[in-house]
Amino acid sequence: MTVPISQSKLQSNLTRYDHRLISEWVTEGSRVIDLGCGNGALLKHLHAEKNVSGYGVELSQEMIAQCIDNGINVIQFNLDQGLGHFDTNSFDTVILSLTLQAMRRPRELLNEMMRVGKQGIVTFPNFAHWRNRWQIAINGKMPENEQLPYKWFNTPNIHLCTIRDFHALCLDLGFEIESSVAVRTDGQQTLGLKALPNVFGEIALCRFSKP
Amino acid sequence: MFVPPDHSVGIVTPKTVVFDEPLELESKGRLESYQLVYETYGTLNSNKSNAVLICHALSGDHHVAGYHAVESGQDQSKTKGWWDTMIGPGKPIDTNRFYVVSSNNVGGCNGSTGPSSTNPNTNKPYGPDFPIVTVADWVRTQAKLSDHLGIEQWAAVVGGSLGGMQALQWSITFPDRLRHCLVIASAPKLNAQNIGFNDVARQAIRTDPDFHNGNYYNQHTSPARGMRVARMIGHITYLSEDMMGLKFGRDLRKKSKFDYEFTPEFEVESYLRHQGDRFVNRFDANTYLLMTKALDYFDPADEAAGSLTKALDQVKADFLVVSFTSDWRFSPERSREIVRALQSNRVNVSYSEIQCDQGHDSFLLEIKDYMAVMQSYMNRIANECLPNHHVKANK
Repeated sequence: MTVPISQSKLQSNLTRYDHRLISEWVTEGSRVIDLGCGNGALLKHLHAEKNVSGYGVELSQEMIAQCIDNGINVIQFNLDQGLGHFDTNSFDTVILSLTLQAMRRPRELLNEMMRVGKQGIVTFPNFAHWRNRWQIAINGKMPENEQLPYKWFNTPNIHLCTIRDFHALCLDLGFEIESSVAVRTDGQQTLGLKALPNVFGEIALCRFSKP
Repeated sequence: MFVPPDHSVGIVTPKTVVFDEPLELESKGRLESYQLVYETYGTLNSNKSNAVLICHALSGDHHVAGYHAVESGQDQSKTKGWWDTMIGPGKPIDTNRFYVVSSNNVGGCNGSTGPSSTNPNTNKPYGPDFPIVTVADWVRTQAKLSDHLGIEQWAAVVGGSLGGMQALQWSITFPDRLRHCLVIASAPKLNAQNIGFNDVARQAIRTDPDFHNGNYYNQHTSPARGMRVARMIGHITYLSEDMMGLKFGRDLRKKSKFDYEFTPEFEVESYLRHQGDRFVNRFDANTYLLMTKALDYFDPADEAAGSLTKALDQVKADFLVVSFTSDWRFSPERSREIVRALQSNRVNVSYSEIQCDQGHDSFLLEIKDYMAVMQSYMNRIANECLPNHHVKANK
């Protein structure tokens, strides 16, 4: 993948925390694909914790060797080409972690995820986080911060959305939202986060399925 | 004096094994007995779990790594094995850890029984009477070699191009006899374009007046002109358009103006002719014909009602499949077909599509990303197959 947002940094902050959350949503011994799997750390974790089998998908050449080092099955291709690689209903869970916002056709990819798997898990940077709102409202400029470290003209994050936007799209596609959690990258649980996830959540995790 | 460089397996000596038993072939042909010439590098461990089989491509042979002894006056550096970049101490297929075996395929011309060998029934070279051999036939003879070496299960069977087809066939014919299968720059079958190229090569050879219907050995000649053309067209298809542009462009040879004549004027012409000439001196035309036919016939899905998924449904090995973006002779899409069929069977498979502009020949070259993937995968095999062995991922 073109590494969306500063994934390495996020991963180091978030890794254990979002992996733990995702792990809770994955059934023991199930079949999983991780789209945009990076260095394969999540799948490695799921394999160790939940004995899952399956594949990671990654585009970055550098990451492929690291995935192999991590002992996972990795398939190198561009997710913008769809999931034609995978048979219909062949997986229990399809994960798309911090990658949706860099896809050319996010809507089509979500549909593909639900063709291939029973449940989908998507994580994405919440564009409605207060810091982004502040930068637009006060500075009148596109947000640029730790989560979104690019300029508007060179960002790979071409389809940013908010938690509300994402829920609306799921509804539109006829998906059922099973769980939705917003987190801070430092892993802290605050009252604000609980009350207003679309304002205080930096990263959103959403689990959905076909009814 | 020539000294083999570091990370070389050094000077190696081929060995020969004779199988004094008939070989029934897929083509219904039959050899009363046959021999295989092979090389080994590294040491087989006590539980025989570190053996790696290398399968060769169209014009390759058993001499995969290291150098051969030569007579005085000959240039030893020119005897380097065809995959020396990949195999040796400290290289991705590390002979400090693995026992590496490679044999010359039956039908070959470098020591294994082939068309230029003596037919025991006639005491003359087989020539055109040598039966058609297939990828599945080769795999069965390689299994005989495994038995001879006492190797029940390979840690890995590895091959590029036609060699990759053999590795794939191994996983189908002998699912229990290999732990890992590495299929590089290969395809589950040739397409019409590929078969077309092969037939151009065959026609060039077979219509050469010196071919004598394949009985050229006793005429003390060989269809050198046909072979040269066959190799030239083959060579073009192994390179990419970009690479040829980069390497030769429209450069002229030792001059700046056209002479308006038919001698080779462009660099690319002289390069291809040189490649053709070199090939004529080292390869037998009948073998070339056989190898191209084996390529054309390979299609494991054919026996499974056209379904590659079904053909691979007994596979037990884990796979690494590698392709190269500029390879148009065995394009990435063909490798993806293999990957998809393996995925459908829930086989452990990793797939890497290496960005490079060197075309089909990339699999023989030292390309950094390719080497890194191979290194990582071989580390995984070492961790899994070698007792008390743990290799840290290289950073």
